[in-house]
Amino acid sequence: MSSESALHHTLTDLLSGRVDAIHQDSDMVSIDVSAQNLLEVTQQLRDEPSLRFDNLIELFGVDYLDYGRSYWRTHEATTGGFDRGVAESDKGEQVIPWDKPRFAVTYIVRSICHNFIVRLRVYLAMDPPIVPSVVGIWPLANWFEREAFDLFGIIFDGHPDLRRILTDYGFIGHPFRKDFPLIGHVELRYDAQSKRCVYEPVSIKPRVLVPKVIRGDNRYLQEKTNAHQQEVSDE
Amino acid sequence: MSEFRHFTFNFGPQHPSAHGVLRLILETSGETIEHIDPHIGLLHRATEKLAESKPYSQNIGYMDRLDYCSMMCNEHAYVLALEALLNLDVPTRAQYIRVMFAEITRILNHLMWLGAHALDIGAMSVFLYAFREREDLIDCYEAVSGARMHATYFRPGGVYRDLPDSMPNHESSCWHNEKETASLNRARDGSLLDFVWDFTERFPALIDEYETLLTDNRIWKQRTVDVGIVTAERAIALGFSGPMLRGSGVAWDLRKKRPYDVYNELDFKIPIGTNGDCYDRYLVRVEEMRQSTAIVRQCVTWLKQNQGPVRSDDAKVVPPKREKMKTSMEAQIHHFKLKTEGYSIPPGEVYVGTEHPKGEFGISLISDGANKPYRLKIRAASFAHLGALNEMCQGHMLADLAAILSSIDVVFGEVDR
Repeated sequence: MSSESALHHTLTDLLSGRVDAIHQDSDMVSIDVSAQNLLEVTQQLRDEPSLRFDNLIELFGVDYLDYGRSYWRTHEATTGGFDRGVAESDKGEQVIPWDKPRFAVTYIVRSICHNFIVRLRVYLAMDPPIVPSVVGIWPLANWFEREAFDLFGIIFDGHPDLRRILTDYGFIGHPFRKDFPLIGHVELRYDAQSKRCVYEPVSIKPRVLVPKVIRGDNRYLQEKTNAHQQEVSDE
Repeated sequence: MSEFRHFTFNFGPQHPSAHGVLRLILETSGETIEHIDPHIGLLHRATEKLAESKPYSQNIGYMDRLDYCSMMCNEHAYVLALEALLNLDVPTRAQYIRVMFAEITRILNHLMWLGAHALDIGAMSVFLYAFREREDLIDCYEAVSGARMHATYFRPGGVYRDLPDSMPNHESSCWHNEKETASLNRARDGSLLDFVWDFTERFPALIDEYETLLTDNRIWKQRTVDVGIVTAERAIALGFSGPMLRGSGVAWDLRKKRPYDVYNELDFKIPIGTNGDCYDRYLVRVEEMRQSTAIVRQCVTWLKQNQGPVRSDDAKVVPPKREKMKTSMEAQIHHFKLKTEGYSIPPGEVYVGTEHPKGEFGISLISDGANKPYRLKIRAASFAHLGALNEMCQGHMLADLAAILSSIDVVFGEVDR
């Protein structure tokens, strides 16, 4: 993977000062960039002859609201067992801390002529999250940004045609946000009396068949970070 | 004669050449297309959101249902993503089985596409020929996984089980007499590998049959040559991949450029087009079927010579064998934990792109250390291709729309997810 580390060096040389971080992930180089610098950085990634990232392959939103939350502890005995109907107040237990903003947009870009691949990540703190649109740089982004807007409510500033794309006409809400219930808010049925389809509040109680658990090495990892923080505060 | 030349009208979602549920708002001047606004999402099932509520292994079944013409190729990307996060080693035999079935799936998909594409343009018989061959390959799916379409055969760490030693035979009935049944059972005496080998012997001549019907056919060429041209630069900018990109003359194939499983040990060529029109995309896909046949033959040869395990021996991820579970306490605990809770995957983010029959099929997986994906994003090739439909169709006649749309090879299970 020498080409990967060479790419890492090239990117560090070219982009330092305008990006927040460049790190080597397990699969590719990742760049964290702020929304203000996004257009400048993406333009350079595309046009720089030694990079030529001309093929956007993926663009998606992420909602980190529930990141690291576990819904089931098994190291303590309970009398009632695990209630599989998840109540709205049940926020779970934060096993892995998350100190970054709630939303992120991830871009994965490929250079066809150099066979490079890189990941760009923009964290967005405000709600609704706003990020500049990259349609002018990679035309493909058009539909992908519409999808991220539809599902997460991320607003792409400068997008020529920011409409919903996957959900129904007249849909309310952004369904892939973590606070949007899996079962939705409304259900549709045909009403024989009024002879049309009507929307009604859902009649099903949301159920979790397999609780989300975080265990194994990750828990020890968490204890380690806690111990580490302890040492730092002791000093 | 009316003075009105501009029309805005609706196409689909229930139109035979809409390949599922595509709705287009067409603006035309006379019969010339000026603008197309595709409305997708009529088959949106929120697969990615559903996956966030299911343990990792239960989501493999959802993958089959994305692009329901190339089921195992979808699974392939997903299990590769899991293996990347788990750092799981896959036995070589399992990798060969996966590659063999990925290529069988490619042939299945291209046959389906060829039949449907020809049908859209008006050639009926190719569809019937293509489905005759699909039947044999679907039988391979059934023999190995028990399901004819939604196989759930690829698993993290390998495949569900080893290849069977025998192929099921047809029985004679009131629809098939003894003689017909005997001809149906001709190659089914040996193992699955013998059956696949026999198929690869027959198949190149059958591709020649399709080509006799189409490649030099005057009507076919009139309908496809110079229709829906995309230049190489534009194809890259529009995020094209797979046969759409290669049809425009870019020699890009993830099986060569970023090989996964055992593709780097196999010998095959990448066909490319020159003009980037519908005819080139047709030629590229037909040649890909020939190359896939060659890959399948290499896999069959290797698999016949080499035995070995087909699943990783990591007991924390791979459920134990039934016999072992009945006798070993530890195996039973593992089985119980894996079937009720699943396995947790270390926190991290990974993107795995695979060369799917339709283009680049990618899985982005974010794990927060839990037994379920935190975020699963599916990169569907046809979603990107369909986004360029407006650009490809502008200035073409209305009848060319059907040719261009089916040359993209769209399947809405994948576009809408």
